[in-house]
This record gives sequence, C-alpha cells and structure tokens, in this order.
Amino acid sequence: MSQDQKTVEQFVVEGLSCPSCIRKVEGALRENPKVGDAHLNLSTQRLSVKWANDNDIGPDDSLLVIDILGKIGFNAFPLREQKSASDEKELRTLLKAIAVAGFAAANVMLLSVSDWFGADMGENTRQLFQWVSALIALPAAAYAGLPFYRSAWNAIKNKHLNMEVPISVAVILACGMSLAQAIQGNGETYFDAATMLLFFLLIGRYLDRKMRASAKSTAQNLVSHQSFFANLLQDDGSVKKVALEQVNPGDIIHIGSGERIPLDGRVKHGSSEIDASLITGETTPEKVNVDSNVFAGTINLGQPIEVTVENTSGATILDEIIRLMENAEQNRAKYVRLADKAASIYAPAVHLLALVTFLAWFFVAGISWQESLITAIAVLIITCPCALGLAVPVVQVVASSRLFKAGILLKSPDGLERMAEIDTVVFDKTGSLTLGEPQVDSFDTATVSELQIAAAMAARSSHPLSRAFVAFCEKRRIYPSEHIEQIEEEAGLGLKTILNGQEYRLGNREWCNIEDESGKTINQSEIWFVSAAGRNVQFTFKDKLRSDAKECVDWLKGNKLDVIILSGDRMPVVKEMAETLGVQDYFGEIKPQDKAAKIEELKKSGRNILMVGDGLNDAPALAAANVSISPSTAADISQTASDFVFLPKELSSLIEAYKTSKRSRRLVYWNFSLAALYNVIAIPFAAFGFLTPLVAALAMSGSSIVVILNALRLNLGAPMNSERIKQ
Amino acid sequence: MNVLAFLIPVALLMGLGGLIAFLWSLKSGQFDDLQGATYRALFEEDDIGKTE
Repeated sequence: MSQDQKTVEQFVVEGLSCPSCIRKVEGALRENPKVGDAHLNLSTQRLSVKWANDNDIGPDDSLLVIDILGKIGFNAFPLREQKSASDEKELRTLLKAIAVAGFAAANVMLLSVSDWFGADMGENTRQLFQWVSALIALPAAAYAGLPFYRSAWNAIKNKHLNMEVPISVAVILACGMSLAQAIQGNGETYFDAATMLLFFLLIGRYLDRKMRASAKSTAQNLVSHQSFFANLLQDDGSVKKVALEQVNPGDIIHIGSGERIPLDGRVKHGSSEIDASLITGETTPEKVNVDSNVFAGTINLGQPIEVTVENTSGATILDEIIRLMENAEQNRAKYVRLADKAASIYAPAVHLLALVTFLAWFFVAGISWQESLITAIAVLIITCPCALGLAVPVVQVVASSRLFKAGILLKSPDGLERMAEIDTVVFDKTGSLTLGEPQVDSFDTATVSELQIAAAMAARSSHPLSRAFVAFCEKRRIYPSEHIEQIEEEAGLGLKTILNGQEYRLGNREWCNIEDESGKTINQSEIWFVSAAGRNVQFTFKDKLRSDAKECVDWLKGNKLDVIILSGDRMPVVKEMAETLGVQDYFGEIKPQDKAAKIEELKKSGRNILMVGDGLNDAPALAAANVSISPSTAADISQTASDFVFLPKELSSLIEAYKTSKRSRRLVYWNFSLAALYNVIAIPFAAFGFLTPLVAALAMSGSSIVVILNALRLNLGAPMNSERIKQ
Repeated sequence: MNVLAFLIPVALLMGLGGLIAFLWSLKSGQFDDLQGATYRALFEEDDIGKTE
C-alpha cells in the first residue's frame, strides 16, 4: 500500500439498498484511471475517493465521480461540511476508555469475588489480592475516568453541578478510601465498584454521544444534497454542467423542461410555466416571460428557458427565508434536556445526603471522624448515578434505531424529547398533507386503444404531467401501445406521432389547438390528447391528499392534539381541504414570513407545536416550532430546519414518530423511577454503615441491567401504519 | 498458594491480550463500518478491482 499522502474526497451516496451496491460503486470507480482507490462506508452512506494522481485534479473531477455513479443508478453529492473530526475522536476516546474500564472491572471482579466468598483465605493472600486490585484499578480509573473528571472540573469552575460531579467524586473517593484501607491492611476495598461504575457509565455516555454524532451526520448528509449543478451557457452556445459554486452573477444558465431552477435570476430568453409550490405553496403553475424573476427551488414545467443569474447575496427570497429561519432558531428557547434536568436535582441532593451522613455519625453517634468519613463515602458510592447515566441514552438509541427502521431519520438528538411534549400539530398543505406531485383528477372519456397510444407518447417525456399520466394509466392496467415508433417531442408543448397515416397529439392547449371551452377551468394543470378522429380528450391534474391523511388527522384529534392547517395556497383550496379532513382551524394565503410569526403567536398562547412542512416557505416555521418534521421530498433547507425527516409516502410516519417519542419518554421516566427506587433501598444500607463491597456491586450491576432491559421494551409492538391508525 | 502466583498473572495477561487486540482493531478501522463489513466478507478478493 502506498504511504504517500493523496487527496481524499468525500461524497454522500444515495440509493444504497443492497449488499452488492458496495461492489458496484467501488468497482465502477476503480475502473477509472483517475481514481486511485474508492471506499464506501455503508453505515454512514459516505464514499471516500482517493485520486490516482494529485497533480491533475480539477474541480471537474468531482463531477466525474458523480457522473460515473449516475450511470450505474446512484445519486452522489460532494460532502459539504468537513467530517467533524472532533466527534469521531471523542467516540474513539470513549471506546478506548470503555475497553480499559471493562478489562479492569472484569479482572478486579475476579479477585474481589474470591475475596468475598473465599472464607478460608489467609490474611496475606487477602492483602495480595487487594494490592493486585489496586494495581489494576488505579491506573484504569485514572485513564477511563478522564472524560468525567474533565467535564466535572469544567462544571465546578463555572460554579454549577452536573451529573459528572457526583460521578467523579464517587470514583476518586472510592479509589482513595480503598487505597487507604489496603495500606492499613484492614477493612474492605471498593476497587471493583469504582471500575464497574466507570464501565457502565462510559457505556451510557458512549451511546449518548454516538446518537448525537449519527444525528449530526444524518443532518450533514442532507445538507450535502443542496449542492446542485447548473447548466452554464458557454460563449460558443454550448452548455456545460458545473458545480453551483462556480456560477457567478451575470452568468447565463440553461434550464430544461422539467428541471429545477438552481439559482435566483431573471429570465433572459424564452417563456414558460413555473411550478413554484415549494416556495409559495401555490399549486397552480405560474407563467414567466422575459424579465420575469425566477427563484431557486422552483421547477420549470414548460419550455426551456435561459436565465441570467443575479447576485444571490442580498434580497433574494432564498436569503430572506434563510435569515428568517436563523432568527427563528435563535428564538427557539434553550431546551433543557431531561438528563440535565435530572442532574440538577440529583447532584446537590446526593452531596447533601453524604454530608448529613458524615455529620450525623460524627456528632450524634460520636464515632471517630475517619469512620464517619468512610460511611459518608459509602453513601456517595452507592448513590452514584449509574442507572441514571444509562437511563436516557439507552432509550434514545433504541428509539432512534426503531424510527430508522420505519424510514424516519432523527436529525436532532433532543428531537424525541421535544416531540413527546407537543399538543398542537400544524400542517402545511402542499407536499405535507398532499404528496406534492400532480395526479390525474378528472378526464374525459376515451377508448382503451386511445389511452394506450397516449400512454406510449407520455412515456417518452420527462414532464411531470406526462409521468403522472403514465402512472395513472399503469394503475388502470393500460400499458403503452407498442406499435408506435416515431414520437416527436416539442419541449414544453407536447408530443406528436403518426400512426397509420393519422396524427395524434398529446400536450398543452396550445399544442393541441384547443379553443377555449366554457365550463372547463383553465386554472388547473391539464393535458390534452387529440385522437385521429379529431376528438379532444382533456385530463386535468390535481395534487391529491396523501392516502392516509384523513385517518392521520382523525387519529391526532382522537389523541387530544389540535390540528391546524397553515398554507400559502389560495383560501378556497385550503378551505376545501380542511373540510375534507374535518379540520376547523385553517389559514390560507399566508406568506413565508407570516407563517413563522403565526407559529410564534401560537407558541405564546402556551402551545407546544409540531410543524409538518416541506416547502421553502415552511423553513422559518419549521425552525420556529417546538419540533418539526418534513417529508424526504421537501426542499433541502426545510429538511435542514426540521428535527425529523420521513421517507415513506404515508403520514402514518408522523404518528409513529410521535408514539415512539411518547413511549420513550415514558420509559425514561420509568428508568428514573427504577434508579430512584434502587437508591431508596440502597442508601439506608450505606448511611447506617452496612454497606459491603458485595452489596455495592450487586446493587450497581443489578440496577443497570434492569434499566437496559426496560429500554429494550421500546422495540416491542408493531410500527404504526395506515391500517393500525384506523383501529 | 503457589498456584496463585501462576494463575493471577495468566488471568491478567489474557485479559490484557484481549484489551490490546480490541484497541488494535479499533485503530485499524475495523469498527468504522459495521454494516458494510457484513457484506464485504462475502466478496471475492479480486471482485472489486484494484485495491492499491
């Protein structure tokens, strides 16, 4: 293996679903002479590419990788942010500490058990065992405890108490006291308790950090999707695909039919229709001509257009939305995590208890200060929040893996806790309650053979309406006719073919020469089909509700959650939908700025809000709400702003996320109670001086195991789906 | 008690061996992609193409 440093580039790869994906991706890349080595990490969905020769790498080489992967059916994006090295390093340090603590705990336990049960052990052997234990435990505790000591020291410096303070105090005192006992050669040692404590606590801490890191890397993968490419129009009239960063204001970009507009700009050439639903929530396409402004994130439905890129920094809609979103994020009250809340009560209580124990023995019972101190330390050891340190992380890890299996990505670590507290669900309409893609709504009568011809024509086009039409035909088991060979497409207008000497056309009103007919609304998306007989057939399209939207809303209402619809679409459309769903509170024609303001207003009235949204116009509202969820079809910024992202097309994902959050909070409380119960039983032992190392070890491992088993209960029960909601 | 002088070091060395093996595997990146490793085990060595 060559040792010299080669530049490594990271990519996020989408669509990795099969074991052979690794082989396909790496194989395809390694065949290229420019690529030195490629390694795909299936867990993180990231690909690192090492170039064969560092000297001839240009910006186009990232495109090369993306092209190669595109050809074999994977979407790849350059990783936007640098891999957070500090997270990786912390996890590694913790794993090493776990290994050391585990080794020490096991070996010290080996010696301790023989001490507890080896009744015929001589005094010398006993002392030998204690010294060997000290030899293992002291360095191990010094090394493995470092993450806790550091955090505790920082807390004390800032004059407050966190969970690490009692942990550090207990470990250090246990080691110190045991060493003193070993030197004096009488009494019990607690080396096993100290190392076991560290072992369990480190596991809890590792799980917690691991979940945070994976939530963060999910978020980073999503952010990377934002890097689109633009088709830059060269001086000689040719089109070159370049990374978005390389486009300068004043450049002219080419936007084909059905493509997403990558940057804000002004139309220089051509006229078309734009689907701006992602920005405005408005479903009716908007007509644009020369000099009209077009915005990033909208889709060109009609003919290809050329757009002059405008200065993106400043007053474009995108900037406005990002600014609003950042404001909203700052306003999101600093959420105190459950574990921290518990620590703020627990830590002072424990220290107070130990102090009381010491004072009571010393002054009231009147025994020597050394013995009083030993008893006080015993209290600290036994109350050390071992189960408490595991209570939250284990539940969260189990919950997030359960959600992941259901296709729901958890993006922020405390999203689960915030989700469990909601009392109001605010829905955006387009793309959230609806699928956000057109579906055939109404159609004139046509014969099967006519539909077959139309389907064959539509299958050649990538226009969203064509695709929706093909899907509509397939659902009715009408498959494209195979007799047609020559189909011509006029981008943005329609398609035509000649069959048996007769012309068929499929496309918009203009393309099919349709005169305005009264009674047929133009306000809808439509395509026309002109058959050989000269018959005109109209198909209209509408964005339909998700299949289980009604059940989902009913379920939420049945579970005492208020449902509100907040949409940028026209009032009559919103009203109709609200009535279909049985939602009383609805607001239409709301601008992006007002959406976030509305959320703030609802929050001021004491509500905890879950925002469900997908559009750019929802991003500030998503950030403003207590917790937010968006579908994976959402605008990238919205996905970045929300705490959860769900992949399935059904809204039942939302309920699954809610129920899992609720259940995990209940389990966390359960775990807290179990930990408290164990303390209630164990503290009297310690305070009255009956604590033996055996009792300490049993109590500690017993409570930890109970807490873990309790958390695993979250995996029981089938996930929510449409059928289960109805019941 | 002679047996102790022999057994304790043996137990400790075995534990230490395990610890070192784990730290080594962690360092050599064997824990980086647990999901991918389950599948990679099934590939032929030369299936993926050049590795150097």
